[in-house]
Amino acid sequence: MAEITYLQAITEALREEMQRDEKVFLLGEDIGIYGGAFKVTKGLYEEFGQARVMDTPISESAIIGVAVGAALVGMRPVAEMQFADFITVGFSQLVTNAATMHYRYGIPVPIVVRAPSGGGIHGGAFHSKNPEAWFVHQPGLKVVAPSTPADAKGLLKAAIRDNNPVLYFENKFLYRRIKEKLPEGDDVVVPIGKARLVKPGRHVSLITYGSMVHACLQAAEILNEQDQLDVEILDLRTLQPLDKEAVLSTVERTSRVVIVHEANLTAGIGAEVAALISDNGFEMLDAPIKRVAALDTPTPYAPVLEEYFMPNPEKIIVAVRQVIHF
Amino acid sequence: MPAKTDVVSNEIKLQLYSLLYKTRATEDRIIALYRQGRIMGGVYTGRGVEATTVAAGLALEKQDYLFPIHRDLGAHLAKGQSVLNILLQYLGRGNSLTKGKDSGIHMSDTTLNIIGNVSHLGAMIPVAVGVAMAKKMQNEKVVTLNFIGEGGSNIGDFHEGLNFAAVHKAPFVLVIENNQYAYSTPAHKEYVCNRLSDRAQGYGIPGYHIDGTDALGVYATIKKAIEDARNGKGPSLIECLSMRMVGHSAHDDAFYVDKEQMKKYEKKDPFLRLEQVLRKEGLLDDKQIKRIQDTIDKEIEQATDIALNSPLPEAHWAAEGVYAE
Ligand SMILES: Cc1ncc(C[n+]2csc(CCOP(=O)(O)OP(=O)(O)O)c2C)c(N)n1
Repeated sequence: MAEITYLQAITEALREEMQRDEKVFLLGEDIGIYGGAFKVTKGLYEEFGQARVMDTPISESAIIGVAVGAALVGMRPVAEMQFADFITVGFSQLVTNAATMHYRYGIPVPIVVRAPSGGGIHGGAFHSKNPEAWFVHQPGLKVVAPSTPADAKGLLKAAIRDNNPVLYFENKFLYRRIKEKLPEGDDVVVPIGKARLVKPGRHVSLITYGSMVHACLQAAEILNEQDQLDVEILDLRTLQPLDKEAVLSTVERTSRVVIVHEANLTAGIGAEVAALISDNGFEMLDAPIKRVAALDTPTPYAPVLEEYFMPNPEKIIVAVRQVIHF
Repeated sequence: MPAKTDVVSNEIKLQLYSLLYKTRATEDRIIALYRQGRIMGGVYTGRGVEATTVAAGLALEKQDYLFPIHRDLGAHLAKGQSVLNILLQYLGRGNSLTKGKDSGIHMSDTTLNIIGNVSHLGAMIPVAVGVAMAKKMQNEKVVTLNFIGEGGSNIGDFHEGLNFAAVHKAPFVLVIENNQYAYSTPAHKEYVCNRLSDRAQGYGIPGYHIDGTDALGVYATIKKAIEDARNGKGPSLIECLSMRMVGHSAHDDAFYVDKEQMKKYEKKDPFLRLEQVLRKEGLLDDKQIKRIQDTIDKEIEQATDIALNSPLPEAHWAAEGVYAE
């Protein structure tokens, strides 16, 4: 058992999948000798060569479009966006080509687009985005957002082996901040579409994903100490398709729900989860569903502004107390 | 400069002639079915551009990949697609290649190495480059070819895709069908460089500017670009100048088009032009022309009959196939 970071878990998944299947190759900006802006692909160029760790021009649309083309004829490309923010340049290739190809033509498009997302690093409006909801809205794409090294590794393996376009949102705040002991060379594949019960509880459910799993854990600890509340935490892990069963079963256990995400509020994943519960679990609820999310603004730069903008344990605690005392 | 046409064999010349006729006759049938209310949505035809699209499709080998766009029915046919499959697709039948899920000639056929387009202009350029790159990685000598209009050539994907192809020496050919109008917009409001093929210089790749109404010249030039790509020389950009001889789509009467220009191009009709050349060369006479046209007319007649009697898709199919297994 070696302790590895969230970032190392991603690198390991890439390496192991490239060793396992020679159809897997990587493409992106500065991912070769340089090893990527965050060093996720460090060492892979040396191990697999420039054809399989392909440096590309600064052309997100072409990176994704080329990946789609390569996938059409049997390859399994993994494209890196230098920052999730720049996925906007390749947006049309994802929603127009990748997402619709199988529906219209019956041809699978097994691509993965890795997108380092998230704020809290003072990156400002264009290096902090959490754009997952845009893609969840497009049928034909799958969307995952791991919160732990084990899930980062297992979900990336699943994404690479999936026959559909998968958007893989890796949270860059977590890259080097969280570590976990993983069995060396394990080949654990975390299935897409399955949520994870992070912590069982009796009084309230926090439904969340990505970096906010960790904020929820902190909030749960404080609520336990100060309010004697037993908080349940569900990590969605996959945002498309949602694990409806897991969502409804946590509601059934606690009857109170707060949905937490780092992306901004309006028309976010929280809205979809709330609608799902309202449709299928209305009688199980003892209080209205609350959402905790970022403000509906671009991500501000100055730390004091960004802190105000981001969801955090304090904001989660306020929302939990509201649904408890409803 | 077009490549010399004396490399075009007599067999190819006759194939080009048949395909030009077949393209025109099939498109005429599609327009008729549209006017009868049997075909829905938009109908875009290639009249005036046929020599370019047919010759490009025919210049590809079986293993090569064709990425046609909205006026390239001729390329589908040249790559081996049947009239029946095209009519089934337009009529949205359950036994069409997309089972009624996509419209017009947005259709792929993996048995013929044809990948259909999306409506978004330019979007297929990076995808065609991707197939070319993958085939190169798989050590197969396969070339991919995609089209773009002079209007569509101003989309970002044109630049990103072509530059990517050039940097990685992808075996890729991009054919610009410059038919001088993009919907109602004349070329001079789309770009102001002298020739679009000059852009090739900016990517460090060969660019050709040729007469797109001359099937033989187009064939010879594109053939050369394809073989260059196959032999590791990287991508080429070929601008084929022609004129859109009808409205943008079947609903458009093209009132805005310069009538003088139209007259000039009537004399350069790609189909009649090739017929004249082949007559002069002694490859065609009245009898042979009648035989070729009768055979194709019959095929279209039969295909129409079968297509109109083919089943519609079942409604619940709409919910199926979003994701692959
Ligand atoms: C990205 C995008 N914008 C707009 C359109 C609508 N549209 C369809 S065809 C067309 C004109 C295309 O002109 P050109 O590329 O010159 O090709 P042509 O139709 O003349 O062959 C337009 C504007 C589209 N399909 N895609």
